[in-house]
Amino acid sequence: MLSIQNLTVNHGTLTALSDVSVSIQAGQWLMIAGANGAGKSTFVHAIAQSVPYQGVIRYQRRDLKTMRPNEIAREIAFLSQRHQVNYAFTVEEVVTLGRFAHRQGFFSATDSQGERKVHAALEMTGMLALKDQSMLTLSGGEVQRTFLAQVFAQDPNLIILDEPTNHLDLKYQKQTFELIQEWITQPNRAAVSVVHDIGMARAFGTHAMLLERGKMIAYGDNRTVLSRNNLMNAYGMDVEGWMRTILAQWEA
Amino acid sequence: MDRRKRPFRWTAYALMLLSTIAILLLCVCMGSVNIPLADTLTVIWNTLWGRPIPQGMSRSIILLVRLPRVLSVALCGVSLSLSGAAMQGLLRNPLADGSTLGVSSGASLGAILAIAFGLTIPGVSYGGAMAMAMLFAFLSLVFILTFAYRLDHSLATNTIILIGVIFTMFAHSIISLIITFSGDKVKSIMFWTMGSLAGSNYQNALALLITLVLCGALILSSSRELNALAIGEDNARYIGVDVKRVKLRILIASSALIGVCVSVGGTIGFVGLVIPHMTRMLVGPNHRRLLTASMFGGAVFLMLADLAGRVLLSPLEIPIGVITSLIGSAVFVYIFYHTRKAR
Repeated sequence: MLSIQNLTVNHGTLTALSDVSVSIQAGQWLMIAGANGAGKSTFVHAIAQSVPYQGVIRYQRRDLKTMRPNEIAREIAFLSQRHQVNYAFTVEEVVTLGRFAHRQGFFSATDSQGERKVHAALEMTGMLALKDQSMLTLSGGEVQRTFLAQVFAQDPNLIILDEPTNHLDLKYQKQTFELIQEWITQPNRAAVSVVHDIGMARAFGTHAMLLERGKMIAYGDNRTVLSRNNLMNAYGMDVEGWMRTILAQWEA
Repeated sequence: MDRRKRPFRWTAYALMLLSTIAILLLCVCMGSVNIPLADTLTVIWNTLWGRPIPQGMSRSIILLVRLPRVLSVALCGVSLSLSGAAMQGLLRNPLADGSTLGVSSGASLGAILAIAFGLTIPGVSYGGAMAMAMLFAFLSLVFILTFAYRLDHSLATNTIILIGVIFTMFAHSIISLIITFSGDKVKSIMFWTMGSLAGSNYQNALALLITLVLCGALILSSSRELNALAIGEDNARYIGVDVKRVKLRILIASSALIGVCVSVGGTIGFVGLVIPHMTRMLVGPNHRRLLTASMFGGAVFLMLADLAGRVLLSPLEIPIGVITSLIGSAVFVYIFYHTRKAR
């Protein structure tokens, strides 16, 4: 589905990502983990074509650099961790923008499936009751769920998520991961997400990639990659031991 | 679906158009000499259909003085508010406007350079000034935004306004320098810098109309893209907007609209700031409604400002730019205060 070969990103003289090669197949959920500054966000922003890069990123064998923005948006959706809405757009207006790339013809108001997809996306994310509310009145979590609904309304085959549960409380963190897990079960769908919570990565991911200072130090099956030794190398601490210590507080 | 999310119905367009025409007729009728509405309608109607105009009617006041002036004022209002609404959406900044960004001053510099160096386009009066005003408006906008982006990638309000102020001061210092060395052309430059639509003719109105049709179509056809950009440039890219192309389209169209207005009537400040802001409070931020409503609002506001300038201290006339700046600066402070307070 998505093939990334020799991906390198430079920010001036600093190499943010160096020679990373991975491939993502339908049905997979690739979790990107690593310490701060490891290059996780840079990796997903390169897929989203937001940063200049060297190497090749192919979607269904087509180089993303040769595809038009609306062609990419029909296949790949991106959920960022930061949103700043300055005007009083309603939740539904923001979610409806997810159908932008599916517009049929210059003068049509929306595409044939637009309203149905928008309604379904609002329902899935629990934002239907707030659809007429101004974005300026929402909490950080509600804003994030609105943009998640926009991603679902976009109806892509691949979702890229940059720390998707950053502003969400525990209930919505769980709900968001479960929603994406269910979404992937449909044919020809996959997801890539940057995560800080290794527990979530182990529970929901099918595959994982560990980055350290821009270099890929492990990639493959989720359980194999997120091993005690690999995590020790990526974070410079015993992540598993620390998580077990925290869990022990509940068992005591 | 909430009615604020849909485009206007044709009845709403008809209502806005009729209100604008009513204000236009009022502005033609009123002035230092008041003319009955029936006379005004008869003169315009008979002229349109080539019929003779009855004796005793103020034909020359209506056709040669007031109608071309009011038409030019209305078209300037439409152009300035449309470009303001587009720039506020593009930059996600409710304080963006030709005057606050310094674009109008850049356009003035271009026009004055054309007058001082005698740049003309054969057959078009003030054609050289018009072309140079458009070119300099675009170059100023590109310069200001590039500089602001280099300083602050988020294009924050304070950064843009500060650079706009500095650029305006720079443009005015160059203008003063040109006036100092312009010799025998100083009179025509000074006359132009005073900025007024009092002497507008049908050629001015036609230039404004042609620019508005071409550039207005570009902006109006980008209303969905503007909605996406108003929510965030990155988000717009993720949902499939060709951000670079749309930005360039909006910047060129807005600069041309500001440039032609400046070349016809000098700097008329704050129309592009006040009208989109007021309109957004009434119809919401969706550009499918905001752009068209701002156009009608801009025409009505500027025609009434011009009328106030003509009748308040009659027979003295207050320049239109003074009235718009008085109202605009108060609204600017209001928006700035509330934007800061909201943080």
